Amino acid sequence: MSAVQEVVTEAPSVEAVPKRAMTLGYGASLIMLALLIMAPVFVKNFIIFQLTMLLIYALAVLALNILTGGSGQFSLGQSAFYAVGAYTSAILMEHAGMNYALTLPVAGVVCFGFGFLFGQPALRLSGVYLALATFALATAMPQLLKLGYFEHWTGGVQGLVVTKPDAPFGLPMSQDMWLYYFTLAVTIAIYIFSVNLLKSRSGRAFMAIRDNEIAASAMGIDVALYKTLAFGVSAGITGVAGGLGAITVQFVAPDGYTIAFAISLFLGMVVGGVGWLPGSIVGSAFIIFVPNIAEGISKGLSGAVFGVLLFLVIFLVPHGARQVAIVAQQLIGKLKRN
Amino acid sequence: MELFTNQILAGIATGAIYACMALAVVMIYQAIDHLNFAQGEMAMFSTFVCWQLMQWGVPYWGAFLITLVFSFAGGIAIERLLFKPLAKAPILTNVAGFIALYAIINSVAGLIWDFTIKQFPTPFGSSPFLGSQLISTHQAGMIGVTLMLLILLFIFFRFTRMGLAMRAAASLPESARLVGINTSWMIALGWGMAAAIGAIAGMLIAPVVFLEPNMMLGVLIYGFAAAVLGGLTSPLGAVVGGFLVGVFENLVGTYIPGVGNELKLPIALALIVTVLVVKPAGLFGRPIVKRV
Amino acid sequence: MLSKQKQRIAALSTAVLAFAAMSGSALAQKKYDTGATDTEIKIGNIMPYSGPASAYGVIGKTEEAYFKKINAEGGIKGRKINFISYDDGYSPPKAVEQARKLVESDEVLLVFNPLGTPSNSAIQKYLNAKKVPQLFVATGATKWNDPKDFPWTMGWQPSYQSEARIYAKFLMKEKPDAKIAIMYQNDDFGKDYLKGLKDGLGAKASMIIAEESYETTEPTIDNHIVKLKATGADVFLSITTPKFAAQAIKKLAEIEWKPLHIVSNVSTSVGSVMKPAGFENAQGILSATYGKDGADSQWDNDPGMKKFFAFLEKYYPEGNKLDASVVYGYGVAQTMVKVLEMCGDNLTRENVMKQAASLKDFAPDTLLPGVTINTSATDFAPIEQLQMQRFKGEKWELFGDIISGELSN
Repeated sequence: MSAVQEVVTEAPSVEAVPKRAMTLGYGASLIMLALLIMAPVFVKNFIIFQLTMLLIYALAVLALNILTGGSGQFSLGQSAFYAVGAYTSAILMEHAGMNYALTLPVAGVVCFGFGFLFGQPALRLSGVYLALATFALATAMPQLLKLGYFEHWTGGVQGLVVTKPDAPFGLPMSQDMWLYYFTLAVTIAIYIFSVNLLKSRSGRAFMAIRDNEIAASAMGIDVALYKTLAFGVSAGITGVAGGLGAITVQFVAPDGYTIAFAISLFLGMVVGGVGWLPGSIVGSAFIIFVPNIAEGISKGLSGAVFGVLLFLVIFLVPHGARQVAIVAQQLIGKLKRN
Repeated sequence: MELFTNQILAGIATGAIYACMALAVVMIYQAIDHLNFAQGEMAMFSTFVCWQLMQWGVPYWGAFLITLVFSFAGGIAIERLLFKPLAKAPILTNVAGFIALYAIINSVAGLIWDFTIKQFPTPFGSSPFLGSQLISTHQAGMIGVTLMLLILLFIFFRFTRMGLAMRAAASLPESARLVGINTSWMIALGWGMAAAIGAIAGMLIAPVVFLEPNMMLGVLIYGFAAAVLGGLTSPLGAVVGGFLVGVFENLVGTYIPGVGNELKLPIALALIVTVLVVKPAGLFGRPIVKRV
Repeated sequence: MLSKQKQRIAALSTAVLAFAAMSGSALAQKKYDTGATDTEIKIGNIMPYSGPASAYGVIGKTEEAYFKKINAEGGIKGRKINFISYDDGYSPPKAVEQARKLVESDEVLLVFNPLGTPSNSAIQKYLNAKKVPQLFVATGATKWNDPKDFPWTMGWQPSYQSEARIYAKFLMKEKPDAKIAIMYQNDDFGKDYLKGLKDGLGAKASMIIAEESYETTEPTIDNHIVKLKATGADVFLSITTPKFAAQAIKKLAEIEWKPLHIVSNVSTSVGSVMKPAGFENAQGILSATYGKDGADSQWDNDPGMKKFFAFLEKYYPEGNKLDASVVYGYGVAQTMVKVLEMCGDNLTRENVMKQAASLKDFAPDTLLPGVTINTSATDFAPIEQLQMQRFKGEKWELFGDIISGELSN
């Protein structure tokens, strides 16, 4: 416990992912897109609902991927931004009668601002300290939502019921199907935006900061600006996801946005492959369907089964779905040559 | 004025709980440079094991010692079996591993012992301490044991070869290996010690909060906060941090009107974040110099 | 004399008419909606088997065992109950997913005893829109008694507000100059109670001199107790769930504060609360209840409880008879079976709701003598009566009359 300073050659807490490897090739992307567009036609409404939630959580994981995989900032607080987005949409729809589609940009902007502001004090923190700060934010959010002052708008502990929109122009499809395609459109738009963001100068700045912050700042990158920007963008996307979530589930309440949800999103990112944007949907599928599978195997031990399955995944593929994709790519390459 | 001193004393009493947990958190951080989410659950499980032993007729101190040994061995076993294979994996994957461990232990404990609360005995008795109605003898005992653990840890790290080896392995693993330290086993040892300290923390906390599988959730959050506030490299900081958090939280709840009560935890956490911004290594932590 | 052709037509028509009449009445004898057949009735359920509220998961397990018993005894008029229960981890979005799964994928006849106010609030609109019964919800929130707006949703246990009103009545009568300190859980349960108490006191709400809320994430509520003692109150109302109720009882004893201590019905279990907290600390605590406590030896020879104990032994041996949740699960499952029996062969969702709204003086094995279940088209609150009790020795002693906590809406 002397006053000696601890000198550390700190390894980056987030491993570097080369820029090229952050997205899928064209072929795979097109196949994925086709699958997503055709899926609802063949399945029941309930499965469409699950697919919509899949896309929404994939968006949230994507946002986390940009923040952690892209700019190297560890966040366990995404549930807070999701909640703010969800409540913004719900309040605008129920109290101000706004059209559901218009609430999404508003939710996005509000959360962007919120994330940007949160990024400021977070500048001086990194690694485990940043994790704790974001953890604190996520824990605080349900209690802020329950606060008496806001009860008139938020509905307090009772929450708010949200009306589900009908398909516009009298299109012959169910509410679920319309909502799915609407969500899909938003998701694709945000995905394309994210890919371009990471390929752009800002994206390169993020990754430089992630790999070695001091070197990046020595090269003239405005570290403070880009770090807070990363937080803002990530929060904004999560907010849009939250808004979509509120519309799909038709209900918002503080209990739906606890730290457990933030941890789920984090797990989704790890399983999908940190920094690999397409992995977001794999991660999202993991956090939606694996708990159901675990419950099916054993109701009393569903948590334990989930933990075991998670361990299996991280033992087999410590780098997440990205590892699987790389292996697959290599296999395909070999097959092509033969 | 009386309310003020009462709340401070009550805060110290609650703070003892956080300080206990924070010690275990710092212990594991010393070994692996990361926070283990499953720390609380491991402590809870150990406490249940102790409870079960007592149900089977083993007297308190016997069960206490057996549990300590069990926890120490268990910590090492978990590290060797589950986390050594992940040593080369990215840190975030390891964190996912901690979360998986949390889920498993919590679920298994719930299945074996169900979720109704159970009484856990204390060797210190529950009468008022020195006539004060705010601190019971148990809580005084808790503070005493925490301070004793702190001194023992200090001696271990400062004055024993093993302690020195562990510190070396954690901060400069390459150099440590060069001088013959088996860094891999140092990590395992760290886990074992953290598990044992966690078990002590659990057995001290359970008489106050009642034993049930979810008892450690709230405690763990505060334990992390206290450890970070005090400095993750400093056991003394962890203990001081624990007491500070306890007292501060109480004062916030009592004196900030309106929202003070509902926002106790967020405000306490906000305080910690603010302290970190000013002193990034915590109050007593060693400042970390990053080499480019 | 009709021609041969007309004769044939007449015979044919008569035959067709006779057949129609017969099959009409035959069809009228058996009516099914999705989820019910000649051999099976599918019942859906949503419980928190994981997460912060997992202590209540035993309710689902008890109900599963109870339906197993009914099936072993021949089922309901030969139909076996297929009880499908899913975990929502006390999270509303998950509850919505599970509810949709039950209705659209598993195609259940009705959703029975889903637990938790947030989860039920989340699925209420959906189930009512789909016209699926949301029957005997496992929460005491007052808002489930609203047949006009939500004709498919019905509660079961006495609402929190009606229980709080009973305490208000009691205090105004027995201790009109009381100074009341309240500690309540900061969620729908706590806030609903608080409202009921304030409404019950009406003009005398000034009797409340302190209100302290706490969060379930707090490890201990000791400091709240310290704060409340300093207010000088002489009545302490503990609107708490079992763990925190026990902590409060223990702390009160430690700091030697002896107000009139009232505890909410959800935390009256002798095995889960009083015993861990220490019997010597719990003397004189008041509460109100509508059911029998499995730990209370006064019911050892009660015919209803004997059936309950026999059920536990045969079908759910790992169930803890001291756990109030287990007793609860038995009672509500028994009510469900009664409603299904009343439906006879008309197992449509509409009829299920109709029968549920026509219960008259039905007394499950586990309710207090004198407390009965009554429902009507305008009264969707099955149990509204409670009796006050005082803790003495190692058990609860009932006193006073059975009071109706009926809210005059």
